Amino acid sequence: MSVLRERVTWVWLGLMALTCVTTWGLSKELFSPTVAVVGIFLIAAVKVRYVMLDFMELRQAPLPVRAAFEVWPAVVAAVILGFWFATPAIM
Amino acid sequence: MDGVWVFIGADSVIFAILFLSFMQDRLKNPALFEASRHALNMNLGGVDTLILLTSSWSVALAVQAMKRDQIDREPRLLLGGAVTGLLFMVSKSVEYFQKFAHGITPGTNPFYMWYFTLTGIHLVHVVAGTSLLTYLCVRSRRGTYDHLHRAVPESVASFWHLVDLLWVVLFPLLYLMKAA
Repeated sequence: MSVLRERVTWVWLGLMALTCVTTWGLSKELFSPTVAVVGIFLIAAVKVRYVMLDFMELRQAPLPVRAAFEVWPAVVAAVILGFWFATPAIM
Repeated sequence: MDGVWVFIGADSVIFAILFLSFMQDRLKNPALFEASRHALNMNLGGVDTLILLTSSWSVALAVQAMKRDQIDREPRLLLGGAVTGLLFMVSKSVEYFQKFAHGITPGTNPFYMWYFTLTGIHLVHVVAGTSLLTYLCVRSRRGTYDHLHRAVPESVASFWHLVDLLWVVLFPLLYLMKAA
């Protein structure tokens, strides 16, 4: 078993890369708060989805179970961003 | 296995409610939350995320090894998961120590109440997961797990991935969320 032939290895590399993009890229002053926060939480939702589908193996789960779990990152990101846009600006 | 998925689902919903409550509190005082956020160590939080993702990957590979009866590979992959879990605990301890050294406690302000509560509940999950992975690692050295006997390790692995994905949301929520 070469780890490079495993799908989870490529998913892990992608998740590591996305983490670097959000932590040391999007969070910098170069980006406006709106671009940064929307980008960071959309990427977080994508990361959670891949952790569910490939690490937790929900890709092989029955459709209703998979759908129930896939709703979670979408709802969480939507709620967080909804509240963020509803919060008054401090600048 | 069904029981573990019910637990994972329930735990996910509880955390989602906690995230919502955090955002509700932030709505009342965004300036305080923004100022307090800047005192957190973003680099350490980012490294914590890389540690947990690597841990999940190692455990996912261990489950793949079980499915293929590659019993000799299992102990070191599970050990990788446990050691990285331990590394996360050390990192969090360093972070908490730094906060306490600067006089920051859960009573300092609402942001830090949330910071210690959310990271503390998550840390309890990390301690439980690391302990379970250590147990699996010891058992796997005796050749206990293969493609027919993997319900327990798969349940622990799913819980460990939950710990990972909760941190994937918690980290940007506390450390990276700029104010408008």
